[in-house]
Amino acid sequence: MIHFVILISRQGKVRLTKWYSPYQQKERATAIRELSSLILTRGPKLCNFVEWKGYKAVYRRYASLYFCMCVDQDDNELEILEIIHHFVEILDRYFGSVCELDLIFNFHKAYYILDEILIAGELQESSKKIVARLIAAQDTMVETAKAEAGSVSNMIAQTM
Amino acid sequence: MEQLKTIGRELAMGSQGGAWAGQSKEFLDLVKSIGEARSKAEEDRIILREIESLRRRIAEPDVPRRRMKDYIIRLVYAEMLGHDASFGYIHAVKMTHDDSLPLKRTGYLAVTLFLNDDHDLIILIINTIQKDLRSDNYLVVCAALTAACKLINEETIPAVLPQVVDLLAHPKETVRKKAVMTLHRFYQRSPASVSHLISNFRKRLCDSDPGVMGATLCPLFDLITEDVNSYKDLVASFASILKQVAERKLPKTYDYHQMPAPFIQIKLLKILALLGSGDKQASGQVYNVLSDLFRKCETSSNIGNAVLYECICCVSSIYPNVKLMDAAIEATSKFLKSDSHNLKYMGIDALGRLIKINPDIAEEHQLAVIDCLEDPDDTLKRKTFELLYKMTKSSNVEVIVERMIDYLISIDDNHYKADIASRCVELAEQFAPSNQWFIQTMNKVFEHAGDLVNSRVAHNLMRLIAEGFGEDDEGADSQLRSSAVDSYLRILGEPKLPSLFLQVICWVLGEYGTADGKYTAAYIIGKLCDVTEAHLCNDTVKAYAISAIMKICAFEIAAGRKVEMLPECQSFLDELSASHSTDLQQRAYELQALLCLDSQAAGNVMPLDASCEDVEIDKDLSFLINFVQQSIEKGANPYLPESERLGMSGVSNFSSPYQQEASSHSLRFEAYELPKPSSIPVIPQPFISTSTTDLVLVPDTTYYRENNQASKLIVGPEASSADAGIKLRLDGVQKKWGKPTYSSSSSITTSVEKTTNGVVAHQDGIRSHSRDTTYDSRRQQPEVSVEKQRLAASLFGASASKTEKKATMAQKAPKGNSTNAEKSSVVRSVSPGTSKDKTAPPPDLLDFGEPVPTSAPTIDPFKELEGLIEPASALGPLYNTVKTGGDKAQDLMALHMDTPPSVSRTSLSLASEGTYSTDKSSYTEKPMIAVKKGPNLQDALHKDATARQVGVTPTGNNPNLFRDLLG
Repeated sequence: MIHFVILISRQGKVRLTKWYSPYQQKERATAIRELSSLILTRGPKLCNFVEWKGYKAVYRRYASLYFCMCVDQDDNELEILEIIHHFVEILDRYFGSVCELDLIFNFHKAYYILDEILIAGELQESSKKIVARLIAAQDTMVETAKAEAGSVSNMIAQTM
Repeated sequence: MEQLKTIGRELAMGSQGGAWAGQSKEFLDLVKSIGEARSKAEEDRIILREIESLRRRIAEPDVPRRRMKDYIIRLVYAEMLGHDASFGYIHAVKMTHDDSLPLKRTGYLAVTLFLNDDHDLIILIINTIQKDLRSDNYLVVCAALTAACKLINEETIPAVLPQVVDLLAHPKETVRKKAVMTLHRFYQRSPASVSHLISNFRKRLCDSDPGVMGATLCPLFDLITEDVNSYKDLVASFASILKQVAERKLPKTYDYHQMPAPFIQIKLLKILALLGSGDKQASGQVYNVLSDLFRKCETSSNIGNAVLYECICCVSSIYPNVKLMDAAIEATSKFLKSDSHNLKYMGIDALGRLIKINPDIAEEHQLAVIDCLEDPDDTLKRKTFELLYKMTKSSNVEVIVERMIDYLISIDDNHYKADIASRCVELAEQFAPSNQWFIQTMNKVFEHAGDLVNSRVAHNLMRLIAEGFGEDDEGADSQLRSSAVDSYLRILGEPKLPSLFLQVICWVLGEYGTADGKYTAAYIIGKLCDVTEAHLCNDTVKAYAISAIMKICAFEIAAGRKVEMLPECQSFLDELSASHSTDLQQRAYELQALLCLDSQAAGNVMPLDASCEDVEIDKDLSFLINFVQQSIEKGANPYLPESERLGMSGVSNFSSPYQQEASSHSLRFEAYELPKPSSIPVIPQPFISTSTTDLVLVPDTTYYRENNQASKLIVGPEASSADAGIKLRLDGVQKKWGKPTYSSSSSITTSVEKTTNGVVAHQDGIRSHSRDTTYDSRRQQPEVSVEKQRLAASLFGASASKTEKKATMAQKAPKGNSTNAEKSSVVRSVSPGTSKDKTAPPPDLLDFGEPVPTSAPTIDPFKELEGLIEPASALGPLYNTVKTGGDKAQDLMALHMDTPPSVSRTSLSLASEGTYSTDKSSYTEKPMIAVKKGPNLQDALHKDATARQVGVTPTGNNPNLFRDLLG
């Protein structure tokens, strides 16, 4: 099971955190601090896994951003590595060659996408196309809602 | 640079009006200023300022909803950066009530990020989730399900459970998938509340949508982990699904880097590994598809390797199969030889799994393993330690534990330190070559990680010193003890020692400090007093110290010598008599009392070296029967158990409805029924009972108290007998304090230790032999550094001799042949043993015969042989089950795929038949060889020694066999 997902920049700035197991605010802060000091200092050729408090953190670096997932001891690390990549590919498809800034300014969208990929710490959908279709459906809902809101306010304005 | 990029990006976005649109300028400014912050402190300042302004503005009346959404997103941002935004939680909760989907989703997103499932506000969201789960819009339902996964706790599961179950049949596959995952989450939270719905998971496995099927594998994996046996019927289905997935029968959209649905494959392999574990029949159904996977997996991509690794795990878990083992070994060696650290790491892990089945494999990769051990990458190093831990045996324990302790000293990660320390201890306890070494090792572990070790370990050490290694040789035991005493007296000079270690030291010094007469009582007592002064020790250590002093005094008195009180001891005693801890006080007073006893009494109170003797406790206090009898005759009331005492007074009348109320007290989520006039007295039943308890509550408690007092008064004799009981019990406790006893466990553990000891002795004899052979091999491989070679030799034992053999063999014949030849020779080596020694239990011989030991302990090897002799009977049922499996798979396929079911069925059954026949032939081959070859005693002894060195250690069952073989 995936216990949490964190995205940190090379400077150690937090870009996204998602907790699937209960952690108090303090525990979250220590987890982020300890993991970023562990991960950011690792050389490029070392393996993408670190042991941390009886868990394993699997991380992968994309440009200046580190994607990190904390999993149980008996999980398949290579699989987790690919789940990260799966997430990144979907982000990439959604934003169109995604960069760190997309995630910074649209972190809530990144959350929505993550919610379609992982649920309760498990991979729920491994088809990129289906995730993309769902996100698109949600986005169009937002659009139509906006249009409706516009028309309603128009009507109100007209009646006034 | 980054700023420039930001601006450029923003300009681009501005012209496009694309993905970033819809956020307020304030939010963009906030994010930008955070991005430009140069330090954590500056970032904190910005966020705190933002939180302050949000706190003010969010509380304003009539905030427009879209503005509110923006505020909440900013709160999420602040919370993500580690600040407290709890003042805004309620607004996020309110937003989930909103009718418009975008706002609702924002609300749900915020609450799932803000709240853990035990938060008080969740109760306010339940109603919304309930409503949304019934929504016509599937996107609303999806949002609600996602939120339910995070927020619903054990108490609130009943509120949404019926609706989630209904959603399992929703027309939209996305909804079905999320409903499955939500149920899975509920199952994790509280298995009991979902247990009646488990059949739904089985049904969803046959869902027409592969995504739903894939999601169902998650809960099934958990369920199967809990209870393997109820799911054995699904083995064929799982195997068939895996086969279809591997044959690319799923839609192309599930492909990932040219692999067909690898994540589903991995999940299936995990499940099959569980189901096939130790089950020959179930494993038989998996062999085929596994060998397919090994063939098909491409090793160029990461995901291919992930699947391959999972295949290895599966092979190592299910009932062993020679062909699959070979494939798994080959894949593992590819991992180990890879340049990628990730793959090396997986290779080490895989090797650790495979050596459980066949310990010989490790030798082939010894140099790769040592490279990993010396790699600068800490992760890889730790993984390798894990492997070493798994392959430790008495021949290499010294090297491995030494390495581990070196590493233990070098790191400062407390969590891992504790981990590796406990491993060292475990290995030392299991494989220690000598007592001396054991004590030294334990001392080192305690010294460097003392506070991290489990206190059980300390107790084990004390017990070991007390009992010796279970040998009858008293001399060796006392030698062990005096060497322990020596080492502890030396270690006490160290400036800082962990408390647990001090406890051990105190106990050993008290028990055995004066036993060999080397040190005087005064010297040891002085040292013990120093301990409490020099080290800042807690009450426990002090208690150990004073008990130790007491023991030494008692021994002295019993031996008829006079104990003179040292001044430091006296002051220590005075300090403890005035201690706040009653325990320490008691011990101090006990010591003072003991000093006044004569030698006879002192000897009885603290017998010499009696820590291993059982202290009998008379639980029934039978010696008090007379006393009770007398009291009753004098007119005292007989004792009544507490339940009766309460029952007769009628308190239960009041308390029982109250208890019921308490037990049934939980939240109700369904709407209250409309009151009907006819059923008035029935409906509010719980309220009636509460009201009565409310009314009677005050008198009730007073009455209860009275009653209690009364019972106390009444049972005078019982109370006094209890007093006597306490006194008497104190005697027992006193002994306990004097010598921490482990009486209950001691008898069992000694027997275990004895058997392992027998093994240790044997192994010692062989080790010298193996060293000779390793020297030979070293000369043959000059290209590898001498030091590494030495390490390899000491780690892998007889390995070198084997590699040498393999090198020569490889020139003559392909690899498979050479192992075969070896196999036969090993078998040959055993057969004379059987003819010589009829008493030896045969199962172990079989183990010897096959280098891939059929390790499953529950399966009788004889039955297996029977199955081979009468293949028809053994194959019959197997074949049948496969067939039915095919039937079951059939509807699956019909739903999933366009393949005509009949074709796939025949192909499946045909293929399985094929494997069985090949299996059969490979099995029958081995006994044949064993029969053909004649006995050769010399060879047999040699082979036996190597086999044992390699790790096929003799078990306690047949020590006689080995004694005979070795002469």
